[in-house]
Amino acid sequence: MTSSRPIELVCPAGSLPALKSAIDHGADCVYLGFKDATNARNFSGLNFDDKGMAEGIRYAHDRGRKVLLALNTYPQADNWQRWTGAVDRAAAFGIDAVILADPGLMAYARKTHPDLRLHLSVQGSATSYDAINFYHEHFGISRAVLPRVLSLAQVEQVIASTPVEIEVFGFGGLCVMVEGRCALSAYATGESPNCDGACSPGKHVRWEQTPKGMETRLNGILIDRFADGERAGYPTLCKGRFEVNDETYYAIEEPTSLNTLELLPELARIGVRAIKIEGRQRSPAYVAQVTKVWRAAIDRVLAGGQPFRVEAAWMAELNKVSEGQSHTLGAYYRPWK
Amino acid sequence: MKIALGPLLYYWPRQSTLAFYADMADAPVDVVYLGETVCSRRHELRLSDWLEVAEILTAAGKEVVLSSQVLVESESDLKSLRRIVANGHFRVEANDMGAVHLLSSGDTPVRDWIAGPTLNIFNPTTLDLFAGLGATRWVAPPEMSREQIRALRDGLGHHMEVEIFAHGRLPLAYSARCFTARHYNLQKDTCEFRCLEFADGIPLKTREGAPFLTLNGIQTQSARVHTLLGDLPAVCAEGVDILRISPQGAHTPEILQLFRQALDGLIPPADALHEALPLLPAEPCNGFWHGRPGVELRLPN
Repeated sequence: MTSSRPIELVCPAGSLPALKSAIDHGADCVYLGFKDATNARNFSGLNFDDKGMAEGIRYAHDRGRKVLLALNTYPQADNWQRWTGAVDRAAAFGIDAVILADPGLMAYARKTHPDLRLHLSVQGSATSYDAINFYHEHFGISRAVLPRVLSLAQVEQVIASTPVEIEVFGFGGLCVMVEGRCALSAYATGESPNCDGACSPGKHVRWEQTPKGMETRLNGILIDRFADGERAGYPTLCKGRFEVNDETYYAIEEPTSLNTLELLPELARIGVRAIKIEGRQRSPAYVAQVTKVWRAAIDRVLAGGQPFRVEAAWMAELNKVSEGQSHTLGAYYRPWK
Repeated sequence: MKIALGPLLYYWPRQSTLAFYADMADAPVDVVYLGETVCSRRHELRLSDWLEVAEILTAAGKEVVLSSQVLVESESDLKSLRRIVANGHFRVEANDMGAVHLLSSGDTPVRDWIAGPTLNIFNPTTLDLFAGLGATRWVAPPEMSREQIRALRDGLGHHMEVEIFAHGRLPLAYSARCFTARHYNLQKDTCEFRCLEFADGIPLKTREGAPFLTLNGIQTQSARVHTLLGDLPAVCAEGVDILRISPQGAHTPEILQLFRQALDGLIPPADALHEALPLLPAEPCNGFWHGRPGVELRLPN
C-alpha cells in the first residue's frame, strides 16, 4: 500500500459513530485502537471490539479509505502476548497499517506479517532523522509520526534526510511534553501513557465544590481551583495552575489546542505526507466538525491557484471545539518554547 | 553491587561543576556518567571539558560513561551527538534512538554501549534486540516496578548488566518548552541561563502549597526525592548490578557514602535512610519500585 494522496488527512475514531463521521466528512484515513491498554487512549467507553473493528474497516474500505490501528504503548514481560495478539488480529482484519512504538513489537510484526505496513507512533519519541532511520533500517517502517517538539525548519530537515513518510499533528489536544517521555501521570496516579495508555485517568479525578471554589484533584493532588464563573477544565496534570516562587499560573501549559491550519501550505511544500487530528476521546460531532474544516483546507491547498487563505469561518469552527476555546501553533512557533 | 553517579541533570556554574567532580575522584562511586543530557543551551562545560573530567576520573579508578542528550531537535544537536559517539575512548549511554542508530550502524559499529533510561525498554524482546545491537548495560526506566524489572530480567536471552535509578529527584518528563524560561517570561532562545541560579531546580507547588514537581529547564522532575536506601535488601535480592545516584545540589558525597555503607553491611538500610533524610532537598518517595504511584512512600518493614 502506498499513500494515494499527496497529503492524507488522518482522523481519530474512538468509536464506530466517530469513524463513520470522519469518513463521511472527508478523512483519508482513520486511526483507532482496541479496547485495552495496547493503545494510548485506553479510556472506558472508547475504542473497538472485534465486531466494531470489522464493521469499521468495511465501512472505510467500501469508500476507498484506510484504517490505521494504534498499538502504541509499551508491552511488558508479563503481558507481551496481548500486544503480539493485537498485531495478529490487526493483520487478520486487513488493517492498512499498524502504528507501533515498541521496537520489539515492530520486530515481531515485521517477521510474522512481512506485508503489514508499519508506522512509527509519536510515542516512539523519534525527533531526528537519525532516530527515524533507525526504525526504517531495522523494521522497514513506512511512516513516522513526529512528536510535537520541532519547528517547521526542523521538520523540513527531517523530511529531507529520511526515506520515511512524515506525519505531523495538525489539530487537537496538545501534549506539551515529548510524547513517550512523560511519566507525570505515573508519578501522580500509577498509570502511565507508556505502559497503561492513560494520562490523568478519570478514575483518579475528583471534582469538589469548596468555599474557595471548584477544586479538581488527581489522586488527591490539587491540580486547579476555579472561581465562580470560571470554566472548570478536566484536571490533566500538566494543564493545571500551580505556585512557583509565590506566583500562581499555568506553569507548564494552558488548556489550549494545537492548530496549524495557517501552516498548511508550508507543510505541503516541505513534503509532509499526512496530517493527524488528535481526539479519539472526543465525540463524533467533534470529529465531524474538525474533519470537515481540514478537508476543505487541504483541498484548497492541493488545488493550487490562488494563494492559500485561512477562512475566518474555519478558525471559528475549530475554536469552538478547542480545549479552553483557544489555540496555539505549539513548537512550530519558536517563542512558544 | 556497584554505585553509579548519574549525569548531572541541573545546570551549575563551571567552577561548582568542576569542584563537584573533583570530589567524586575520592567518593565511593564506581561508575560516573558525564555530559549534558537536558538542554543544548547549557555550555558551562563543553565536550572537551567533559572529556578532561573523564580523564581525571578514569585516572582515579572510576569507570566513565558519556551520556547523550535526551531530546535531540536540531542539526547542531546531532553534530554534538556524533562527536560523543565517535569519542573513541569512553563508553556511551544512548538516551535516544538517534544515538542508538549512530552507535550501531555504519562501518564500525560500537559493540559496548549503555541503553539509557529514556529509551523506553520495557520488555525482554526489545532489550534482547538492543543487546544484539551492542548494548551491554540497561538502565531501567524509573517508572518500572520491582516486579516488572524482575520479569524482564527473567525473560532475557542475553547477559546484560542492570542499572536502576536508586536515588534523586525523578526525571519525569521532557519538553520542547523551557519551563524555567517560561517562569521568567523569557523565551528559550534568550533564556539568560536562569537555570544557573537553581542548584536543585525550581520547586513547583499545588495551590494549597504542597510540593509537587520541580522545574529544571525543559525537564520536569518530581518534587520528592526517590530513594531506595531503605529498600536495599529487596534491591539486592533482585540481582540488580548497579544503583544510580542522581547528583543533588548538596550532600551528594554523603548520600553515596550512606549507600556504600548500607550495601557493605556497615549500617542497616533503615538507619541509612534515617540518616539521609536531613540531607535531602525534599521528602522521600519510592512508589515506583513498589508498583505504586511514584509519589508514594513505602517504609521498610
